Amino acid sequence: MALLEIENLHTYYGYVHALKGINLTVEEGEIVTLIGANGAGKTTTLRTISGLIRPREGRIVFDGQEIQGMPAHKIVQMGICHAPEGRQIFSTLTVMENLNMGAYTLGGDKETIEENRRRVFDLFPRLEERKNQLGGTLSGGEQQMLTIGRALMSRPRLLMLDEPSLGLAPLLVKTIFEIIKEINQRGVTILLVEQNARAALKIAHRGYVLETGRVVLSGPAQELLQDERVRKAYLGER
Amino acid sequence: MQFLQQLVNGITIGAFYALVALGYTMVYGVLKLINFAHGDLFMWGAYLGLTGLTVALAALGYTTPWAILPVVIFVMTSVALMGVLVERIAYRPLRSAGRLAPVISALGVAFILESLARNVYGASWKTYPQGLTPSGGLVLAGGVRVSLMQIIVLVASFLLMAGLYLFVHRTRVGTAMRAVSLDHDVSRLMGVDVDRIIMIVFLIGPGLGGVAGLIVALYYGSFDFTLGWIFGLKAFIAAILGGIGNIPGAMLGGMLLGIIETLGAGYMSPQWKDVIAYIILILILIFRPTGLLGERVAEKL
Ligand SMILES: Nc1ncnc2c1ncn2[C@@H]1O[C@H](COP(=O)(O)OP(=O)(O)OP(=O)(O)O)[C@@H](O)[C@H]1O
Ligand SMILES: [Mg+2]
Repeated sequence: MALLEIENLHTYYGYVHALKGINLTVEEGEIVTLIGANGAGKTTTLRTISGLIRPREGRIVFDGQEIQGMPAHKIVQMGICHAPEGRQIFSTLTVMENLNMGAYTLGGDKETIEENRRRVFDLFPRLEERKNQLGGTLSGGEQQMLTIGRALMSRPRLLMLDEPSLGLAPLLVKTIFEIIKEINQRGVTILLVEQNARAALKIAHRGYVLETGRVVLSGPAQELLQDERVRKAYLGER
Repeated sequence: MQFLQQLVNGITIGAFYALVALGYTMVYGVLKLINFAHGDLFMWGAYLGLTGLTVALAALGYTTPWAILPVVIFVMTSVALMGVLVERIAYRPLRSAGRLAPVISALGVAFILESLARNVYGASWKTYPQGLTPSGGLVLAGGVRVSLMQIIVLVASFLLMAGLYLFVHRTRVGTAMRAVSLDHDVSRLMGVDVDRIIMIVFLIGPGLGGVAGLIVALYYGSFDFTLGWIFGLKAFIAAILGGIGNIPGAMLGGMLLGIIETLGAGYMSPQWKDVIAYIILILILIFRPTGLLGERVAEKL
């Protein structure tokens, strides 16, 4: 049984029909990437899974349990963590406080929190150097690290990353993708939304291509990298 | 000497404003809503305090300042519960209805609470039982008098504010409160039950406001149903002065407003007190719209 199974998901913003029947599965241990043009519905898919928006139709099954319609904070408790698009850190909280917020569901379990913080600092030593600085004073790249690090603090089973490489310098993009791979190798299943389709497909096991709220193509990442349509539309080749 | 005396009196009044301003600022923090009902919740603290004291003294059969202690707890819990009820009934259903609807709803609740007080307790001035507040006090160098009541007011306010500050900055729930003030959705993604945090804010703000109502009524001895609107508006100005949404700002704004107002009344004339307060408000809005400690961090949409 897959860790995450999505069936016929329909989500609306008022009258805007943003997701028009998405089907998608993520197996335990995989990196699955969701690629597509601006406005295709990638962020909406993640927001629907994490409970920020209610779908109008369809099922989301996580670890054998239906979670559509559950409040977002309950979904986090089940082990799904969503690092949102655009470095949405808490700007007037310190780096430490931001990380502590990531561990909110762990309550007062100081030991586990400390252990998780250690792992995050191992992955992002820069965050440790900046731990008493306010989130809003970090550089863009550091804020992106904080967004990912914070999402890891609850030690989720499924980590959903929304455009982690957006607006970063090429060297840092490479680092971030390496870190995502490493997080996965440490046992976290990953659903990765990316504009940078090539980099995402290179580290992913499988991929889905979204177009105006529908999955138009899916398969092993290697195959998608070779696919004529993908190469033309998303990898900038002709 | 007159200056120092006015300063002492101003700080006392400032402490009242600060306690009430905290309620405005905390609710604004998490909901970006001016809770216009807050002044009237504060006033209900004064009325419930009157009822509580009357009952307590009748039960005891004699007058003692200790009767105030159980009444503090009674007032704090009842006004806190009123606050939570107001949020549930008047604000929560309008959470996604834009910025204007909740403000209108808040004004409606303010009028309801005020009319309710007038209908239940009558429109006449109410007087607190005599002999409850300690008399006496200290005479400092230069003949400046500080009454025992002023000392108690200041110590109590300081303890309440210090407690709140520590709660907001040192605890997990307090940190979540600051996170919710910044972004509801991202807080949800951290596993925060945002509705619960908002409920806690509506327990603490009105709880403090209710106690402030009791203290103010004890300090002045009498009040009527206009207390909520007049005093509430001043506390609201204090919150804006300090930077709405900012907790230390509310404390600072309250103190400053109390001091400036008292000095103004002392050196000019008491009739000018309110004029001074509102001129200050307008000046701040013109020159520093974010308030003294308000953050200039760009607000996310
Ligand atoms: N809050 C909203 N209200 C109305 N429509 C929205 C809202 N958010 C998104 N949409 C619409 O839903 C569709 C999907 O948007 P979504 O943000 O999921 O796209 P995306 O694939 O993440 O795009 P991008 O790559 O630009 O981030 C778009 O047509 C968008 O205009
Ligand atoms: Mg997006």
